[in-house]
Amino acid sequence: MTRTGLLSATILGAALALSAPAAAQDKPESLKIGITTFLTGPASVFGVPARDAAEMLIEQINADGGIGGVPVEASFIDEGAGGEALTTEYRRQVEDEGADVMLAAISSGNCTQLAPLAEDLQVINLMWDCGTQRIFEEGDYTYVFRTQANATPEMLASVLYLLRQKPDFQTIAVVNQDYAWGRDSWDIFSTALKALKPDVEIVGEFFPAFGAPDYSTEISRLSAMRPDVILSTSWGGDLDTFVQQAAQRGLMNQSTFVLPLAESSLERLGTALPDAVIVGARGDHYFQHPEMVGQEGFDSFVADFRDRTGAYPIYSVFHMAQALSALEAAYETAIEQNGVEWPTEEQVIATLEGMEFQGFGRPVTIRADHQGVEAQLLGTTTTDNDLGFASLTDIAIYDGGPLTTPVGENSIEWIEALDPSFVDQVTPTTFD
Amino acid sequence: MTGATILLAIFDGVAYAALVFMVAVGLTLIFGVLRILNVAHGSLYAIGAYLTASIGGAIFAMGWSPVLAFPLMLVSAALVGVLLGAPMERLLLRRIYHRPEVLQLLVTFAVFMILEDVQRLVWGNQPYFESSALALLGNVQVFGVYYTVYQLILLPLVAIATLIGLRLFLRRTLTGKLITAVTEDREAAQSIGIDADRVYLLTFVLGAALAGLGGALASPTTSVLPGIGAEMIVLSFAVVATAGLGQIEGAALTALMIGLGRSFAVYLFPELQVLVPYLIMLAVLLIRPEGLFGSPAARKI
Repeated sequence: MTRTGLLSATILGAALALSAPAAAQDKPESLKIGITTFLTGPASVFGVPARDAAEMLIEQINADGGIGGVPVEASFIDEGAGGEALTTEYRRQVEDEGADVMLAAISSGNCTQLAPLAEDLQVINLMWDCGTQRIFEEGDYTYVFRTQANATPEMLASVLYLLRQKPDFQTIAVVNQDYAWGRDSWDIFSTALKALKPDVEIVGEFFPAFGAPDYSTEISRLSAMRPDVILSTSWGGDLDTFVQQAAQRGLMNQSTFVLPLAESSLERLGTALPDAVIVGARGDHYFQHPEMVGQEGFDSFVADFRDRTGAYPIYSVFHMAQALSALEAAYETAIEQNGVEWPTEEQVIATLEGMEFQGFGRPVTIRADHQGVEAQLLGTTTTDNDLGFASLTDIAIYDGGPLTTPVGENSIEWIEALDPSFVDQVTPTTFD
Repeated sequence: MTGATILLAIFDGVAYAALVFMVAVGLTLIFGVLRILNVAHGSLYAIGAYLTASIGGAIFAMGWSPVLAFPLMLVSAALVGVLLGAPMERLLLRRIYHRPEVLQLLVTFAVFMILEDVQRLVWGNQPYFESSALALLGNVQVFGVYYTVYQLILLPLVAIATLIGLRLFLRRTLTGKLITAVTEDREAAQSIGIDADRVYLLTFVLGAALAGLGGALASPTTSVLPGIGAEMIVLSFAVVATAGLGQIEGAALTALMIGLGRSFAVYLFPELQVLVPYLIMLAVLLIRPEGLFGSPAARKI
């Protein structure tokens, strides 16, 4: 045998070994996951509690023997670093550290950037919090899944709940942050409103800078024009500032406020948030979820999280829990269905498609286009002296199915084609 | 726009201008004397706000009177000036006065980055909101629109008092005159026996305290959270550059222009609101590159 022949044989042998039957996969020492979350910057109000939740839940998973007997090992990447630094670190975690699954991201911009990268790197990526509906509507992905809803059902549910609570309103104004989410969410909300209640008049559209410290002028102008409804999809410090300034100046008594992300601000706002404000939670996430309270796993999760961080869990925490339970369900189902010690990546992907799993809300289903179908919870604030901050009453929970854009369709076009009869077709479960 | 809405826009503009001026004036004072553009000024603003909001929140929760919110602002400002400003000047800036401007900028930028992380370490990432001072003064109603007395009356009064106070201090008191002398010509001032080092230290502490006071005054109106320092420093630079570096009256006028421009934009072209300060800066600098009140720099040799 010549030297070249020997070399070829070695390569052939190695290739054979690599393509050995998938079922023979051995249990790894650990299941490595990389999680992107905001540890710095304004969005750390979501990112840090979510990281705390991930650490707590992974400790619990490992204490119970891990996933399929394999302990989970998580490392965190700061989304606040953004852009190049984020993609470099993401790539490093996958290529050098050998991460098996990535959980990314909070920011829609980061999801848009990382989803194609996950495809290139051929790593399973669970989009665990970002809201943009565009990713699966504008692209086809093998490795990328979303374990929660997107902006379309979130905004549509907010419109439906508003029409349910206040069917006769005539005028609306919006105050959203001047960046992708503020603009896109208003696109969806206003399109839905025009389709479902064509006689509504939009009297003001304000997009103050992201992180703006002062909304006095907007508030003066809104006080003068007195719209029936004021919408803001802002979050974090921006939402807190806007609500506090509006409350201080009596604007919240003049108009009905609709705040689809305010579940995450309830505890921080304390008594500043008045009664009768419509609040959403980007999914059916609420630490007093009427269908979940009293269930052992839920109550102990809320209590444990509170012990650990001093705060009640907010929707980003629930989104993180949801992504981790999807991960757990995918691996354990894949092990069981294939009768293997440890599943291959292909087997996990095959399991994720169409899988139903449950975090700390109603069960979530992952559709054929990898979009999660998640229920939506909305409520109205009421004073709660025991808590020291507003709690939600008149809660309505909408099933995700009818509110999620059908597979392969564009959200805006789909919503434009809806008509006012849609309001009566969708009946939520209601609670007092 | 009707007469009433024009008046509403003016009120909002003036209230906003007052806050912007309070921060910019410290920055411009420091530049005027030390010839250093202090990027860390934004952090001093943020720390002033954090101190007021967190100490206030803690002592009011213990049942202390909310009236203490006002003296607390002065205390916070003094703490920022003495505990942060003084060491910064003595230990750091003093070593780099004769170095190139780029290096000075980099050093203060480094301090800014360090202080940003210090804030995150001390106060975490959750927003603080402590508005007792604002609630205490109540509201006034103008044309059916509620304004807070704090923003509509107190803030502009404090800004005017600061402007007049600084003018009197610099022109009428001995220390003020010493500062002015060192600003004019450091070497000449030293040669007649003025302790320039002391003047530098004093000015920097005063400027830092003004930044802290700006943050303290802003804290009842807004969420205090990571990143507010960066926000404010960018705006303050725009004010200081438009006014002409080192010009206190110019800073007041520019802050007013920016405040009014911004609030009128919200009424007329809301989409332009974010751009207004920079459009004003651009327009002024195109016509007067040295700024509104600046004089073309004369070369010393």
